[in-house]
Amino acid sequence: MKKLSSLRKHKFALPVLILVALSSLGFTFSAATAAPAKSQLAASAKSTLIAEGKELFLKGCSSCHGLNAEGGSIAPSLIGVGAASVDFQVGTGRMPMADMSQQAMRKKPLYTEEQTAALAAYVASLAPGPASLTNEEIEWERDGNTAEGGELFRNNCAMCHNFAGQGGALTQGKYAPTIMGVEPKHIYEAMITGPQSMPVFSDKTITVEEKLSIIKWIKAAEAEPNLGGASLGRVGPVTEGLLVWTFGLGLLIGIAVWLASKAR
Amino acid sequence: MANDLTPLSDPGLPKHVHRKADHDPKAEKRAEQQVAILFALSAVGTILFIYSYIFIKTDLFVFLPLLGNTNAHQLGLGMGLTIALLGIGFGAVHWAKTLMSDTEVIAERHEFRSSDEDRSEFVKTVKERSAEAGLGRRSLIKRTLGISVGLVGLSPILLLRDLGPLPKKQLEETSWRTGTRLVTDPGDRPIKASDLEVGAVAQVLPELRMGQKRTLEDIGKDAVLLIRLRPEEFQLDAERKSWTHEGIIAFSKICSHMGCAVALYEQQTKHLLCPCHQSTFDVTRAAKVIFGPAARPLPQLAITVDAQGYLIAQQPFNESVGPSYWERSS
Repeated sequence: MKKLSSLRKHKFALPVLILVALSSLGFTFSAATAAPAKSQLAASAKSTLIAEGKELFLKGCSSCHGLNAEGGSIAPSLIGVGAASVDFQVGTGRMPMADMSQQAMRKKPLYTEEQTAALAAYVASLAPGPASLTNEEIEWERDGNTAEGGELFRNNCAMCHNFAGQGGALTQGKYAPTIMGVEPKHIYEAMITGPQSMPVFSDKTITVEEKLSIIKWIKAAEAEPNLGGASLGRVGPVTEGLLVWTFGLGLLIGIAVWLASKAR
Repeated sequence: MANDLTPLSDPGLPKHVHRKADHDPKAEKRAEQQVAILFALSAVGTILFIYSYIFIKTDLFVFLPLLGNTNAHQLGLGMGLTIALLGIGFGAVHWAKTLMSDTEVIAERHEFRSSDEDRSEFVKTVKERSAEAGLGRRSLIKRTLGISVGLVGLSPILLLRDLGPLPKKQLEETSWRTGTRLVTDPGDRPIKASDLEVGAVAQVLPELRMGQKRTLEDIGKDAVLLIRLRPEEFQLDAERKSWTHEGIIAFSKICSHMGCAVALYEQQTKHLLCPCHQSTFDVTRAAKVIFGPAARPLPQLAITVDAQGYLIAQQPFNESVGPSYWERSS
């Protein structure tokens, strides 16, 4: 005690005490106010994202989809389609469409990831709809089951997308695209939103785990090596038959002609 | 004017033209070398085959133009064996064509009937041998042999039974009964109307009763596709409308043309497409055929909900599912 009271008379006692008092006050204040400040920041970030998205929408999308995304004679309404739909259509480059053909095709995306997120936030702000996802949120490697995914794929997807996921033809120039090399989140979003000709696959009839299994199977099919070299599009007897009937039979006919010809 | 035309005389066979190798020693030497090269190539092929089998790792992939990424082990085995066999084959044929004797030989056809001498000799031999074997004496052996040979002849006739029996009512009946729940395929989970969003589809099967098993034959008849539309999109008569539930409509997945699974549903046009022969059905008009060879719409399954809210069949299919058959009434 004697030592402490002697310190009281030290010449740095007052400045040190003031410093300790001030900093403790400051920490307490910042701790007390930190949480609300963060959420305020997030809310304002979200509203700027929506505003940014709206601006992008007015510039790039509104000529077809209408100034308020209400749709028009050549494009559907986007009210209620949700962020998942926007992330799929814009993130895979399908939207904006290159031309007014039967179907929008996958191409290099025109918008960056941030711009896509802004557009998705704007469309999601119009009416509730399925939310978009990130690849990290989809734990297909952990929660999926390849064998089960294969069964689900054959029952629900293979009729349009081909038994090896290579895609196939529909009517009048429409087609089911190949699903090789598609990001997991886009596969997932396609299943829950049903883009273009594709129907929706509800979470109740194909559960979230089952969807992850389907993705896992698709990724396994993608990684499957072609032991024989040319895969011939993996579409089965059509290309294989063509090759055998033209090249194989042609070779045999050539040999037969050579066998029967007289040497000079 | 006299008709002086006379029939053309038989021109006979063309004059035999000798090959170059027959009179030119240089050409002969060249042909010999070509054959030798082909045989040597075959040997190289076999060595490649052996090398690939022993030394090339089975998981090594190489990139080849046209073929893409190819398994080097398999490629070496295949190419080696191909070269080995083709080398021998081509070499032998080339040898025969260029170097072996090319004198033309004419083989006359002989009469089909054997000479009288041969025939009488044959009859004599048969008689002698059967007498030696004691066929006439050992009647026990003769009879048992006769019976066994006759019975063996019966076996293929018995197998004709497999052409039947007639299918009876099997083609008209499915596992769908009044009140059968619709369950997901795969998963076997019952479905509520609220489980399907507008634009959604579900592949369904009838729920299994206690102790019942599902065979592939059952699935081949029972498979149903469930589609949800906006109710106002339907253009159905009152009866068919009553077979839907809140915009959910159910059709047999078995094509009325050749029995393929019709499940290519285009959400925007509301068309169902059969992948086998492109028969197209309009879902909004009770699967009316709008394109392709199918003669009838897909059978519609009448659905409703039970007390717990799960989708059930109102009644069995009102017609046979799948393609036409002889006894079909419609």
